[in-house]
Amino acid sequence: MKNSITKNTYSYYYLLPAIIIYTTFFIVPTLISFFFSLTRWTLFDWEFIGLKNFINFFQESSLNIGLRNTLIYASMTSGLKVILGLLIAVFLCSGIRTKNYLRAVIFFPALVSTMAVGAIFKALMNPTRGPINQVLTAIGIEGPSWLGNPDLALFSVIFVDVWKGVGIATVIYIAGLMSIPPHYYEACDVDGGNSFQKFTHITLPLVRPAMNAVIILSLVGGLKSFDIIWAMTGGGPGFASDVLASVVYKQYINGFYGLATAGNVILLILIAIIAFPLYRFLSRGEVEY
Amino acid sequence: MNRKAKIRLIMYDILGIVLSGVIFFVPIYFLLITSFKNVKEAYRMELSFPEQLNIIENFKEVLSVQNGIVLRAFLNSFIITAFAVTGLVLVCSMAGFVIQRRKNKLTGLWNMVILVGLMVPPAIVPTIWVLNSLNIYGTIPSMILLEIAFFFPFSTLMYKGFMKTIPRELDEAAILDGCGRIRLFFQIIFPLLRPVNITIIVLTTVFIYGDFMNPLYFLPGPRNATVQLTLFNFIGQYSSEWNLLFADVVMVTIPPLILYLFLNKRIIRGMVAGSLKE
Repeated sequence: MKNSITKNTYSYYYLLPAIIIYTTFFIVPTLISFFFSLTRWTLFDWEFIGLKNFINFFQESSLNIGLRNTLIYASMTSGLKVILGLLIAVFLCSGIRTKNYLRAVIFFPALVSTMAVGAIFKALMNPTRGPINQVLTAIGIEGPSWLGNPDLALFSVIFVDVWKGVGIATVIYIAGLMSIPPHYYEACDVDGGNSFQKFTHITLPLVRPAMNAVIILSLVGGLKSFDIIWAMTGGGPGFASDVLASVVYKQYINGFYGLATAGNVILLILIAIIAFPLYRFLSRGEVEY
Repeated sequence: MNRKAKIRLIMYDILGIVLSGVIFFVPIYFLLITSFKNVKEAYRMELSFPEQLNIIENFKEVLSVQNGIVLRAFLNSFIITAFAVTGLVLVCSMAGFVIQRRKNKLTGLWNMVILVGLMVPPAIVPTIWVLNSLNIYGTIPSMILLEIAFFFPFSTLMYKGFMKTIPRELDEAAILDGCGRIRLFFQIIFPLLRPVNITIIVLTTVFIYGDFMNPLYFLPGPRNATVQLTLFNFIGQYSSEWNLLFADVVMVTIPPLILYLFLNKRIIRGMVAGSLKE
C-alpha cells in the first residue's frame, strides 16, 4: 500500500522536465567536452590529436599564465572574503546600533551587475583623471596605472571582486554568529576570559559551518571568474591578467574550438581536485559543542 | 552597560558609517553624478557636483543610440529573465518534490548530479555544438532553456531542503481522501512552498538579469543583445563619454535596485539559506 502511494504520488513525470533539460544542456555538453578536448575542431569537422591541446596549454606562456592567474585570483579573492567578511561580521554583531543599515550598504554591490561594477571601477581607476589617483595626487602620492601596469592589473581586479562579493560573505557569517547561544559568552565572562579568548575559543570554532560555506562559495566562484576580468582588463595588458575562463573565450573567438574545450576541461579538473576534496575535508572538521 | 562601553559602541558606529561611506558610497555617488553631467564635465571625472544638469538629455541619448538597441536589450533581458525564472520555479519545485520524497537509486544519482553541477562550469563549445545540432543556437528560447539548466542545481537544492519541512503525512492524508497526484502537488504542496518560491524568484532574477558570460557565448548578434552585453559594448565604445556610459549603468541597475529596496531582508536571508544549505 505504502509503496504504491510512493510510486504513484511521487511520479517520475515530475522529474522528467528537469532530467530532459539538464541532460541536454548540461550533462551531454560536459561529457562530450572530454572527447572534443582531444581534437582539432571546427564544430563541423574534427581531427583527433591526442593530448596536444593540453600540452599546448601547459607549454605556451600565453595560455599557462591563465592557469597561474586563476589560482592566484581564486585563492586571493576567497582568502580576503573569508577574513574580511568575518571581521566585518564580528564588528557588525558587536552591539552597534547601525548594524542593519551597514549590512544593507555592504551587501548592496552583490546586486549590482558585474558589468556595472566593472564600468564604475574602470573609471575610478583611470590612471590620469580617475578619482582614486586624483585623491592620491592631492595627498602627494603618484598613483600607479591600476589596470595598465602588468604587475598590478590582476590585483586591481581582485580588489574589485572582493569589494563586490564581501557583502555576501558578511551576511553568511552574521547568520552563523547569530546562531551561537549567548550564554557561551556569558560563561566565558564568568570564567574571566577576555574578548580575544572569546573570539578564538567560542566564535571561531562555532562559526565554522558559515566559514566553510564562504570558503567553498568564494573559491569555486573565483576559479570560474570571467565577467569582472573581461569587463575591466580584457585579460590585459598583454596576457597579464588572463584567467582560464578568459583564455577559453579568446581561443573560442579565434576559432580554436578544441583548445577552448581543453581549457574548459582543465577548469573542470581544477575544481574537481581542489574544491571537492576541500568540501569533504571542511565538512568533516565541523564541531558541535 | 557602563559608560565606557557605550562610548566605545558609539565610536564603532561612527567608524562604520565613515568607512562604509568611503568604500561603498563614493563609487555609487560618483556613478550618479557622472551620469548627470555633460560630456565635457564627465570627462574630467571629478567628484564635484555637476555644474549643469544633463539628466534627461543623457538618458534620452542612451535610449536612442544605434536605433534604440538599449530598449531592445531591456526587452530581451526581461523576456529571458521572466521565462527562465518561471521555468525554474516549475521544473525545480517538481524535481525537488520527487527527489526529496522518493529515495532510490535514480533519485540518489540525481542528488549527486546536483551537488557536482553546483560547482562545475558549463563546457562552452560543446554546448554550442549541441544547440547547433538542435538548430536552436542563438535563439532566445535556447537561452531561456540554458539559464534553466545552469540554475537547476542551486534551485532544486533549495526546494529539496524546504520540502523536508513539509510532513509526508500530509501527502498520505490527501491521497487517502481521494486527492489525485496532480492536485496534490499543485494545490497542496506548491502553495506551501511560497517562502522558497519567493527566494528562488528573487535570487535567480538577479543572477539571470546580471548574467554576462552566457549570453556572450550563446546569444550572439545585436538583435539578441541583453542589457549586460550592451553595457559591455558601451564600456569599449564610450570610453570618453562617461556620462552616457554611466547613464546606461544607472538604467541597468534600476530594476535590481527596486527589488532590493522592497525585499532586501528576504534577499539577504535567501542568499544565506542558499549557501548554508549544502
